[in-house]
Amino acid sequence: MSINVNPAQTYEPIFYVADEHEHPEGASTMLGFWIYLMSDCLIFAILFATFGVLGGNYAAGPAPKDLFDLSQAALNTSMLLLSSITYGFAMLSMQNSRVGATQAWLAITGLFGLAFLGIEISEFAHMIHEGATPERSAFLSSFFTLVGTHGLHVTFGLIWMVTLMTQVWRFGLIEANRRRLMCLSMFWHFLDVVWIGVFTFVYLMGMLR
Amino acid sequence: MFDTTTLAKVIFGRLSLDSLPLHEPILVGTFAVVATGGLALLAVITYFRLWTYLWREWFTTVDHKRIGIMYMILGTVMLLRGFADALMMRAQQAIAFNGSQGFLPAHHYDQVFTAHGVIMILFVAMPFVTGLMNYVVPLQIGARDVSFPFLNNFSFWMTVGGVVLLMLSMFVGVFARTGWLAYPPLSNLAYSPDVGVDYYIWALQVAGVGTLLSGVNLVCTIVKLRAPGMTLMKMPVFTWTALCTNILIVASFPVLTAVLALLALDRYIGTHFFTNDFGGNPMMYINIIWIWGHPEVYILVLPAFGIFSEVTATFSGKKLFGYTSMVYATVVITVLSYLVWLHHFFTMGSGASVNSFFGITTMIISIPTGAKMFNWLFTMYRGRIRFDLPMMWTVAFMLTFVIGGMTGVLLAVPPADFVLHNSLFLVAHFHNVIIGGVLFGAFAGINYWFPKAFGFRLDPFWGKASFWFWVSGFYFAFMPLYVLGLMGVTRRLRVFDDPSLQIWFVIAAFGAFLIFLGIVSFLVQIAVSVLKREKLADTTGDLWDARTLEWATSSPPPDYNFAFTPVVHDTDAWADMKRRGYKRPLTGFKPIHMPSNTGTGFILAALSTVMAFGLIWYMWWLAAASFIALLAVAIGHTFNYHRDYHVPADEVVKVENARTRLLAAGVKP
Repeated sequence: MSINVNPAQTYEPIFYVADEHEHPEGASTMLGFWIYLMSDCLIFAILFATFGVLGGNYAAGPAPKDLFDLSQAALNTSMLLLSSITYGFAMLSMQNSRVGATQAWLAITGLFGLAFLGIEISEFAHMIHEGATPERSAFLSSFFTLVGTHGLHVTFGLIWMVTLMTQVWRFGLIEANRRRLMCLSMFWHFLDVVWIGVFTFVYLMGMLR
Repeated sequence: MFDTTTLAKVIFGRLSLDSLPLHEPILVGTFAVVATGGLALLAVITYFRLWTYLWREWFTTVDHKRIGIMYMILGTVMLLRGFADALMMRAQQAIAFNGSQGFLPAHHYDQVFTAHGVIMILFVAMPFVTGLMNYVVPLQIGARDVSFPFLNNFSFWMTVGGVVLLMLSMFVGVFARTGWLAYPPLSNLAYSPDVGVDYYIWALQVAGVGTLLSGVNLVCTIVKLRAPGMTLMKMPVFTWTALCTNILIVASFPVLTAVLALLALDRYIGTHFFTNDFGGNPMMYINIIWIWGHPEVYILVLPAFGIFSEVTATFSGKKLFGYTSMVYATVVITVLSYLVWLHHFFTMGSGASVNSFFGITTMIISIPTGAKMFNWLFTMYRGRIRFDLPMMWTVAFMLTFVIGGMTGVLLAVPPADFVLHNSLFLVAHFHNVIIGGVLFGAFAGINYWFPKAFGFRLDPFWGKASFWFWVSGFYFAFMPLYVLGLMGVTRRLRVFDDPSLQIWFVIAAFGAFLIFLGIVSFLVQIAVSVLKREKLADTTGDLWDARTLEWATSSPPPDYNFAFTPVVHDTDAWADMKRRGYKRPLTGFKPIHMPSNTGTGFILAALSTVMAFGLIWYMWWLAAASFIALLAVAIGHTFNYHRDYHVPADEVVKVENARTRLLAAGVKP
């Protein structure tokens, strides 16, 4: 839109847009969703900070070295990283308007996400079985909350993904659905970034404590 | 096998007949009044068959103007509740001397001061500020609505959900007895085993979601929907302050959400974040909640600063002095508000260097605030000042807020704070800035923009009565508290031993009574204005000869705000248009694209409130069921792809022609 706003160049100042174009629906959605993600990021920031302060308070209970299995955490990390790549492929297919390929890549992404959750749940179950419950110490409270909140986000991401796949199946790659896939894409990659923080600060640094 | 008590436990959780405070005459009396009033209201609505109208035109509306008005009504209603608490506290403290226990038992008194703080900050000041921003910002930037109209409706109903939970706590169970920020370890399950803190947590969580989303919404609106030509440095100052406030909301409310979630985990599944044992740390909670809490007070006061800027410029008949410095001062305050949180607990014992850092950052905030004060003064200097009500509130603000600001700087000195911490001096200070800043600002804003919203102005006589009662009442109520605080009286006390203190509390109670008259006058002012609306009508749409775009359209504005999107050349766009002979377009109207109303926001918020109720009372089936319903409705809503419609051109022509006739009739020969 090029509207001349410099009064020096016009004899009659223009005070209104006489011939307005329709604003595309959802023009602010990307920005809005990004701002929401940043606010979500702050929730994680607080959980990280809490882990940073309380993460060393074992209360004579188990410490990271007793609990964490780095190879399992690495496997878990690779699941999530791969899911980010496959989501990227889904977006590329979407750009090329290939419905089938988009759906397939989304399904693969979802499976990787499920695998990640499965591994995480089994890790949690194992820890709880060994008596390392969230009630045991402040370290474990903040560990379970930080990692669990991330897992919860992944769960909601998966619910969202299934919803979107249904909508793409029913209505095709229409403008609204493309926008929604973009939003989920940002959400999914955001969770990946948060997980890299978790892997580094909770698992790797935890083993060094 | 289940016996009946187990079954009742599964169904009702902790809720039983004993949860109803039948043994407390004050609460039973209040309930009788609220119930009678509520039933009368429902009866009137039913009698006049208003339900369909309310549901179609108001509850499901996505119009930012109507949502803004609903926020203002919510704030006013909650002001009455919060002020009733204040009156009870003032009365209690004025009589609880010489062995008298006063009329409030301790467990009730503790709920009263907690509820008073929570309500006044989160359910009075916040709705007032959000309501004014919601109403005014899209108009000031020449937009037709906010970026996400549906979210706007949802946000409002989530705020109402928080209010419902809070009001419910008065009659079903108890409210928190912890003070308004629910510090652990007192707020942990070990010391607050009843539902009070759970009501607190979930009321704030439900309302917090609404506030956060409305913050996202308004940031997007201001960034994306400004009229052509309105660069950032041509935005009205109120819009600037609204932008900064909403950035603060987005950057601070998640912190509140997180810390309350952690407290909830401590209470519900026995984690050890804020306990004294197993490695928990209560000071962690106090740090985190003030990382939200301090920006929160700037969230409240920045829009008030914006209101005063608009009012001062308009009623001095001049451009605002130092627009650029005003903008930068606002931005600096926004940033600094994150660097001062520790001044709320210098006594934590974090050491001299940390305390000095936070003491100095706190004092630095007074510099941009002082710059603003001088800007307003210089705007008035050699202006042709009209002392209408908005301007009167502004002047009262300038006098009062400076006192509050100076006592704030006193408190920012860590050694002084060790003496004054948690004393009535502190209580006087924050009431000084919140009443003198936010509330005076809200009243200035209400008197200023009411004619815009309804097409008639508020009655000046009752407005002035309200003004004088409020302002004098404020000084009577809070100056004694400064004195008492300096003498070492701490806050939240229920009874006193030293009879020489009583006179100050009596004066404070008298002040509270004056404020009561101020609130009554405000309600009378609205009632009288509605009755005299013909006489007070404004047909021009620009009653105050104002300077910003909201006054370029009719009062009340049409649904679509502007038939044609305005083009902006100057900071005071409307003043510029008037000066350079703007002619209102009379032809060439086109269909206008608008969002459709929807009831989904209401339903989602209702389900969230029910879920919160289930969680508070340990009715797990209810919480689970409403959560599943919540997900289902939210997902179902995304399957609706048709959320907008076009106002036909004929309709626009009709509305605009009516305005043309009105303008012609209003022109004096």
